[in-house]
Amino acid sequence: MSEIAPVTQGEAAALTGQAVGARPRVYQLIQPSRGWVSLKLYEIWEYRELLYFFTWRDIKVRYKQTVLGAAWAVIQPFFTMVVFSLFFGKLANVPSVGIPFQIFSFSALVVWTFFANGVTNSANSMVGSANLIRKIYFPRMVVPAASVLSGLVDFVIAFAVLLGMMLFYGVYPTGNIVWLPLLLVLAFATALGVGFWLSALNVQFRDVRYVTPFMVQFWLFATPIAYPSSLLEEPWRTLYGVNPMVGVVEGFRWALLGTDTAPGPIILVSSLVAFGLLVGGAYYFRRLEKTFADVV
Amino acid sequence: MSEIAIRIDGLGKQYHIAARGGRHSTLRDRISGAATAPFRRAAKLLRGQATGAAELDEVIWALKDVSFEIREGEVVGIIGRNGAGKSTLLKVLSRITEPTEGFAEIYGRVGSLLEVGTGFHPELTGRENVYLNGAILGMTRSEIDRKFDEIVAFAEVERFIDTPVKFYSTGMRLRLAFAVAAHLEPEILMVDEVLAVGDAAFQKKCLAKVEDVGQHGRTVLFVSHNMPAITRICERTILLDGGRVLDDGPSHRVVGTYLNSGLGTAAAREWPDPASAPGGDVARLRAVRVRADDGRVAEAVDIRRPVAIELEYEVLRPGYVLMPRYVAVNEGGLELFTSIDQDTRWRGHDRPTGRYVSTSWIPGNFLAEGTIFINAYLSTLNPVIKQAVVHDAVAFHVVDSLDGNSARADWGGRMRGVVRPVLEWRTEFTPDGARAPEPAL
Repeated sequence: MSEIAPVTQGEAAALTGQAVGARPRVYQLIQPSRGWVSLKLYEIWEYRELLYFFTWRDIKVRYKQTVLGAAWAVIQPFFTMVVFSLFFGKLANVPSVGIPFQIFSFSALVVWTFFANGVTNSANSMVGSANLIRKIYFPRMVVPAASVLSGLVDFVIAFAVLLGMMLFYGVYPTGNIVWLPLLLVLAFATALGVGFWLSALNVQFRDVRYVTPFMVQFWLFATPIAYPSSLLEEPWRTLYGVNPMVGVVEGFRWALLGTDTAPGPIILVSSLVAFGLLVGGAYYFRRLEKTFADVV
Repeated sequence: MSEIAIRIDGLGKQYHIAARGGRHSTLRDRISGAATAPFRRAAKLLRGQATGAAELDEVIWALKDVSFEIREGEVVGIIGRNGAGKSTLLKVLSRITEPTEGFAEIYGRVGSLLEVGTGFHPELTGRENVYLNGAILGMTRSEIDRKFDEIVAFAEVERFIDTPVKFYSTGMRLRLAFAVAAHLEPEILMVDEVLAVGDAAFQKKCLAKVEDVGQHGRTVLFVSHNMPAITRICERTILLDGGRVLDDGPSHRVVGTYLNSGLGTAAAREWPDPASAPGGDVARLRAVRVRADDGRVAEAVDIRRPVAIELEYEVLRPGYVLMPRYVAVNEGGLELFTSIDQDTRWRGHDRPTGRYVSTSWIPGNFLAEGTIFINAYLSTLNPVIKQAVVHDAVAFHVVDSLDGNSARADWGGRMRGVVRPVLEWRTEFTPDGARAPEPAL
């Protein structure tokens, strides 16, 4: 054979996908895991292309066969903003720290919607991928992570609308806008942390499906979206940061609209809580992971 | 001797029946269970019984004390009846689920044909699904880029590659899915054919792939109910029963053990609920069974022995002439023959209401080896109305042994044809130099 098509050993190996001589062999040890397992973050890195493809699939599929398509990314937060402006801004006269109430609430809703959809989608993601999970191995954390990540596209669309509205109302971003990506990371980490907990729980207890919308709604009102956190006195305001979305929303307003209430301490508290949620959620998820294929 | 590809030592997998039975249990159940557990435990202690958490719910071992080694390049079959642990073994080895005890060491990249088509998204185009599915199977994007044209050509869907998969026919979808899986180049291939039963064309492709991979010196683990395929493709077979290794050795010996031990799964289909049984208000089919000549329901039969096809049905309205019949179809979808109930006691006579069992015997040394599917029919004759039609009602495997007294004689290779009769042969001999006898005038 080699007389007909002379190839080097390396080429032969590449052609046949087989071993020629010594080669690094992939080695796996399969055994029961005990107690608290490692997070195996390197494995997520190995499967980064799968994460990319899952995210890409979620984005592609989301607005297929809808009439309004990607407009839904804006409709949701926009109409919530309209309702909030009417009831909280006009009727209840909630203060909006010197900014048009529409901008005040919409800036928060844009990032809130990213978070809320991320939590909802990731909570149902493991159950939705049951077929795959039962039949093939991959690091399961990729599934909820892709669910949250795919919301980024919606966020970008809604964010563009927000910028347009700001121009319309004559509100211009400050230099603090450079911090915006970090705040988005904080929102992402919070959504993923909660997503890990909920999606893992959902595999065992389908109650989660009913709890999630309820929880998200409560969380919406527990976050200063339709009102400013400055309604609270210190130290309560800083303590309010225990809800990580408080740090995100207040940070967003500060970075984008230049609200003068420096939210540093709140963001610090929020970041710590979000980090705890994320790491705790990841460990909990990994601990339950081995049972997923049997239970889902 | 080649290097070790898979080493399994004392592997066990335990399932909690309670946890599995109460799948999707609610939090309330779990909390109340946890709350009462100490009391149940205490009650047991009071009764003087030993206690342990494991005792509280029932457990079954899907795998227990499984140990074996597979060397690089070996093609190993895994057989056993349903529930023997075959699929669980592959699931553990492909890391889908974790073992409860023991360990397995795997050297080399593992690919499996167990997940063909799962992960296809109907809204995405063929092209998009190739990439998505490739990634799910563990291929890198550049790898898929390189093989893309080949995959599409293999699946024969060039014209529709940018059409959403939901508009594909089932066959096209399956071809595309299989093409992706077939272009994965693992060092160890695991195939669970049991999960794919039902589509004969797919099974054939699956087999061809297994054969191909096996011939290229790669390691294959092949789970199947198809005994002819096992004996043909695998040099070694492992027989599992009740989660344990019952036999491990040369395929024809192990397959023989399996067939003779009566472990075969019932090749029977029954409709216990009269309302959902196939048929109308005149008659309903209640069961179709394949029986070996010793009377037991058999999934695999020796090619030399006769096999019975049994139709059980119920006549609900009197005054009709009934015509039970079936068509035997091979795994390639070829219809081999039709057989109609010939019993003179009933032929042309109206049937009273009641239960009937019609049995026909297919002689030994008649069918070729392979899987035979039975399409069962129940018709009234006058007027001719099909009361019940059940395609692939049952299936069984015809196994040709290498013992030498079947039509195979001493030939161990492939035999063509859809029937395999043992015919009488006479061979005249004329020694060199001798004159052929003059024909008698």
